[in-house]
Amino acid sequence: MSALAVVRQLLWKDLLLELRTREILTAMTVFAMLVAVVFNFAFSPSPQDALRLLPGMLWVTLAFASTLGLSRSFVLERDQQCLEALRLFPFDPGLIYAGKLLSNLLALLAVEILLLPALAVIAGVPLLGHIGALAAVLLLGSVGLVAVGTLFSAMSVNTRIREVLLPVLLFPLAAPVLISGVRSTLGILAGRPWADVLPGVRLLVAFDVIFVVVGYLIFEYVVEE
Amino acid sequence: MQALAVRDITKSFGPVRALRGVTLTVARGEALAIFGPNGAGKTTLLKIASTLMRPSSGQVLLFGADPSQAPHLRRLIGMVSHHSYLYPGLTGLENLLFTARLYGCSDAEARAEAMLAAVGLAGRGGDLVRTYSRGMTQRLSIARALVHDPQILLLDEPYTGLDRSSAAAFTELLMAMRGSRTIVLTTHSIEQGVALSDRVAILVDGVVAYEAGNGAGDVRTIERVYAECVGVPA
Amino acid sequence: MATTLTERRSEAARGADWREILIWAGTALGVAGMYMAILYAPEEATMSHAQRIFYVHVPSAWVGFLAFGVVFAASVGFLWTRRRSFDLAAHASTEIGVVFTTLAIASGAVWGKSAWGTWWTWDPRLTTTFMLWFIYVVSLMVRAYGGSGGQSARFAAVLGIVGFLDIPLIHLSVVWWRSLHPLPVVVSSEGFGSGLPPEMLYALLVNVAAFTLLYVALFSIRRAQMGAQDAIAAQRDDDRRSTFRRGLPGIQEGSR
Repeated sequence: MSALAVVRQLLWKDLLLELRTREILTAMTVFAMLVAVVFNFAFSPSPQDALRLLPGMLWVTLAFASTLGLSRSFVLERDQQCLEALRLFPFDPGLIYAGKLLSNLLALLAVEILLLPALAVIAGVPLLGHIGALAAVLLLGSVGLVAVGTLFSAMSVNTRIREVLLPVLLFPLAAPVLISGVRSTLGILAGRPWADVLPGVRLLVAFDVIFVVVGYLIFEYVVEE
Repeated sequence: MQALAVRDITKSFGPVRALRGVTLTVARGEALAIFGPNGAGKTTLLKIASTLMRPSSGQVLLFGADPSQAPHLRRLIGMVSHHSYLYPGLTGLENLLFTARLYGCSDAEARAEAMLAAVGLAGRGGDLVRTYSRGMTQRLSIARALVHDPQILLLDEPYTGLDRSSAAAFTELLMAMRGSRTIVLTTHSIEQGVALSDRVAILVDGVVAYEAGNGAGDVRTIERVYAECVGVPA
Repeated sequence: MATTLTERRSEAARGADWREILIWAGTALGVAGMYMAILYAPEEATMSHAQRIFYVHVPSAWVGFLAFGVVFAASVGFLWTRRRSFDLAAHASTEIGVVFTTLAIASGAVWGKSAWGTWWTWDPRLTTTFMLWFIYVVSLMVRAYGGSGGQSARFAAVLGIVGFLDIPLIHLSVVWWRSLHPLPVVVSSEGFGSGLPPEMLYALLVNVAAFTLLYVALFSIRRAQMGAQDAIAAQRDDDRRSTFRRGLPGIQEGSR
């Protein structure tokens, strides 16, 4: 069985489970909206501030929301020790990581598609004009978040303090994603020249490549016994 | 030909040594029953034999080859563990299909249907596993372990949760595979274990305290040896 | 290390413990370093005596980075070979690294107060060091709450590798982040080394050597303690099992 076919099966299973209940997506989206609203309560930004605050709000909201989906994704596997069953299959355990990475990424992207227009309305910032560049930065940042997030979720789910451990593992390690994401988004919304945004995009690409590869290689050590 | 050989296996969890030099071999088509009190290392041993756990030292061989060097050998193994390995949010059939496809079976649909029928769940294949009773879940979990027609069956207390008639059906299923498949099972019931196996081993504190062919004695004898090894009656 | 009198006597009979020698050598060098920092090195022109904290700050930061480098190497070694000694080395080095990084951040804050008039500023180096501190504090959390011995060791090793690889990216992103919003007072720490009067450089080097020696001493002591802890736990486990077991009958009948 080819690696691609294996990943497709794993992804099919995650999507089927999610589409049947929609629990992860619902929880993530509602939570993301709530965080966005709380931000507005906390800062009550004036229209001029809104543009400056929006990138930070967007990325912090996504970081928080992603931890919900990430931790759920391995709870699914832990209940009946299905992760053990996955490790019994005759393929590289790195493929389990690849499948989870993709399903986590899809969930996060779905939340972003719902969150972005809502944020634009709540904060009153027109985003449509920059949608292409914004989508690219969001995609790169999301890959980075779930690349390390999937790894740490697999770790934290097997500990006593799982819900607590995931964010404290994820946030310091994902700092480059959050910093570059916020700054690039700010640059795009402020209409700065591409050269100003490029260093951040480059960092995101480097982060994605490094941690997708490292995650794929090291996942075996995370899930073994 | 040895279907399964573990040689001088030790396993430490931090400073705690769960297995302290276990050597067991099971010939092709042979059935081995492993007895032992809780914490003796039975589950650890099965996990190591199944490649789920890597031993601290020692060697595992499947048909003479090292599975840590050749992952495709894992296809030879069917495992029933303490956990069902099933997704409660998928139907019985979907669970079996998922498993069969990931083992690379080309006729996944046919096998899944056949296994469902074999464990008496043909009518419930379309229901979510969440709605199954404990016994049904255990039966499906057995079907899951057999769906890719493995050469070696590793069964960790497979009778847990089965009622009398399901247990009888499962025994029948195992009996039909005796001789053609290699079976290793752990159980607390010495009577059941002896009935299903050609050979027994008693594991105490991470070492094999006793090992003998079933010819060596009837259930009563093995119960007496067990009591002697463990210090308490089975 | 000996505690009771008898232990001391028996230890004295065996000759000096090399760990003890390391500790004393490190302490002696540290005293010399402090002397040089406070009395030998000249007063810095703009910052006056406050600048002298750098003889503590720079060696602490250096030992922090050194310790985390050792954690990375030991983590790779552990996942590669599964030898427990690598895991213990990584654990010991993480603990010491966190202590010295804390010292570096605290001394940096004191320096910042006198040089920049503020305890904390998001200077790229400070920020990177702070993030580093977080990663290794979390690594200690993973060890504390990470589950059974083998599992938390693996998790900590994974974090030791991933975290170390992340450091350059964190630093790059922080530098880029600050470059868009330059500080009102940008004090680059690059000023060190190049334009340094020789006395200052000597004082710094002696202190770096002293701190490094102390790191080695602390590391070997902590490592030995952990080894002893392991031995005790293994012995306890053995005792528990042998009282539980009523003596094995030595039967190993041949199988057919």
